[in-house]
Amino acid sequence: MSTITTTETTARPELPAHQGSLGARIAAGMATPGGAVFVLVAVLLVSIMISNPNFTDPGALIRFAGRTAPIAIAAMGQYYVIVSGEFDLSMGAVIATQVVLAGNFIGQDQGRILPGIVLMLVVGALIGVVNGLITTLLKVPSFIVTLGTMLALTGLVRYITGGAATGNPVDDFRQIGRGGIQDVPVVDIVPYPLIILVALAAASVWLMRRPFGRTLIAIGDNPAATNYSGAPLWSYKTRAFVLSSLSATVAGILLVGYAGVHPSVGAGYEFTAITAVVLGGVLLGGGRGWVLSAAAGAFALELLFTLLTSLGVPSTWRDTVQGLIIIAAVAVSARAWQVGRRPRRTPSPTDLSAGTPTQPATGTTTGDS
Amino acid sequence: MRGRLGAVTSTTIVYAVLLLAVVVGAILTAAHGRNFFSVGNVDNILTTTSILGFIAIGQTLVILGGSLDLSVPFVVSLASVVGGGIMAGDPGNIVPAVAVALLIGAAVGLANGLIVTLLHVHGFIATLGTGLVISGYLASNYKGSHGSAPRDFRLLDATRIGPVPISTLIMIGCAVAAILMLRRTRLGHHLYAVGGNAEVARLSGLRTPVPVVAAHVICSSLAAVAGLLLLARLSVGNPTIGSQGGYDLMSIAAVVLGGTLLAGGKGNIAGTLAGVAIFAVIDNVMGVMQINPFLRDVVRGVVIVVAVAVYARREIDARPPRFGRQLVLDAEPEEVR
Repeated sequence: MSTITTTETTARPELPAHQGSLGARIAAGMATPGGAVFVLVAVLLVSIMISNPNFTDPGALIRFAGRTAPIAIAAMGQYYVIVSGEFDLSMGAVIATQVVLAGNFIGQDQGRILPGIVLMLVVGALIGVVNGLITTLLKVPSFIVTLGTMLALTGLVRYITGGAATGNPVDDFRQIGRGGIQDVPVVDIVPYPLIILVALAAASVWLMRRPFGRTLIAIGDNPAATNYSGAPLWSYKTRAFVLSSLSATVAGILLVGYAGVHPSVGAGYEFTAITAVVLGGVLLGGGRGWVLSAAAGAFALELLFTLLTSLGVPSTWRDTVQGLIIIAAVAVSARAWQVGRRPRRTPSPTDLSAGTPTQPATGTTTGDS
Repeated sequence: MRGRLGAVTSTTIVYAVLLLAVVVGAILTAAHGRNFFSVGNVDNILTTTSILGFIAIGQTLVILGGSLDLSVPFVVSLASVVGGGIMAGDPGNIVPAVAVALLIGAAVGLANGLIVTLLHVHGFIATLGTGLVISGYLASNYKGSHGSAPRDFRLLDATRIGPVPISTLIMIGCAVAAILMLRRTRLGHHLYAVGGNAEVARLSGLRTPVPVVAAHVICSSLAAVAGLLLLARLSVGNPTIGSQGGYDLMSIAAVVLGGTLLAGGKGNIAGTLAGVAIFAVIDNVMGVMQINPFLRDVVRGVVIVVAVAVYARREIDARPPRFGRQLVLDAEPEEVR
């Protein structure tokens, strides 16, 4: 068997950086669950435009994108945690904490907007560090850790506020979530949340291409192997939790503009975010998926709700449809990841024209025959 | 049962934590001039235990099989409104109502199990999905309380044998049955095998879907029992009673608190019962001390994390390797083709 391997290394051609043309690679990407969600978004968008012509207006579309931004940002945060093989159930509670914090710390004082945002980010990062360190160093399952932080934060926030809306941040602060750049041609208004979303999405794509992102995916795929290769698991996973809590913080800042200050803001956000991530084809358990697919999953979910509304489905049935869609989407993507596009990859066209013998066959197949 | 465990296992630790909770609880209760072991107080604790107990027993089975069940609160609500609707205050309808509620529970469990095993959907998502489906159905068809339980059925919750409520006895009966199932039957052993490593179980010739589906069916049926018990307690069916209780996350927390690995394949029912009892004792003590209900959530959250942290670390380290590491590495190239 070893002789076969050596003869093969000499015969093996240098691996090209890419296989196939750009179009072919995009088509192959669309066939994965992470790519299919973009097709799903397009299909949903077209169906909404057909059922509700108002939605074809660019202004309406961009306002919809602005409304969806907090969920998409939360989904991208949840992505980091899920792709590294963990869960973050504390997201909704973090949002509630930040919203109440904004309402009470900033209040009607203009000068406190900036310190307030800094304080919220620090608190968010702190919660992420606590989640991450308990998960990694104390080896408590993240499901339990974040459930604990969720209960603790929700309880604390409700205790402090008495369960009712308290405090009202100054209007300038609420403009971050509510306002936008006015008088833009064609679309009329570019909402700030959308700008923040695009900036964060670009940063996320960059981050996932950095060693950090690559290692995070490797940890989700095979923690033991990644640990042996020298990557400190606790540090990477903790950073993933910090990113998740920070995303929840940003979502909270945006939600203040829309929803106002109430301890119930953000309730159920963790499950919405997880649903969006999973709808985006990211594998629960980690190791597979693209960060933008998670954001696209959030858009798909919101588009679905909008479609149901415009079709006149009573809002009480929304849950049912959502449940069916999640199961169907994950069932399909579970198949698709199994089939996978990597394991049985055909060689590039140049290799094919040169003849089959150069095909990089594995040692076992040759040995068996 | 504990004698057989011998060395310090996580179950022993859980019972030690329970003992600690009882002792601290008794002291705190005494500090407030009340008797922790008074009949009324013990009765209160046992009553609190029974409903979460039913759900947690089922949840243990599902988690042992490597899955999760987030749909339990909605099954609880569904069983309570359907049971209440069929009974409609007539004692003659108790049997059909209970039968229908249990059948619905079993059907939901069957759906969960089949989605998890045949469609290869992660249990988290599959049961989140079925839970949402049921929640949509409940929200669309039931507005507010529904149906009513006849007096004979309400006795299920009200009757006591000595200080022990009958509902708790039924719960303990179910627990014993589940323990026997896990220890004595082929199904139970297969459940551990599939939860430990589904692929190895499959290669050893098990039909891996069977134990997982069975666990889901039992879990949802027990959730339906819990729903019926809530119906007996409240005498009306309530479409939001399950989600109000947060039974999905609390039952998972109780199971993990009881020393069962969330990844499956290791754990037992006895630990889960102790986990449920710990929650009940803490709730009871906080009730006696009249702690703000919102602060109780804070305490619960901290207790869950701290208690699991106490033994989670050694639990994973102490898990003996099933095979030598070298063997696994050698076997891999043969397997991956």
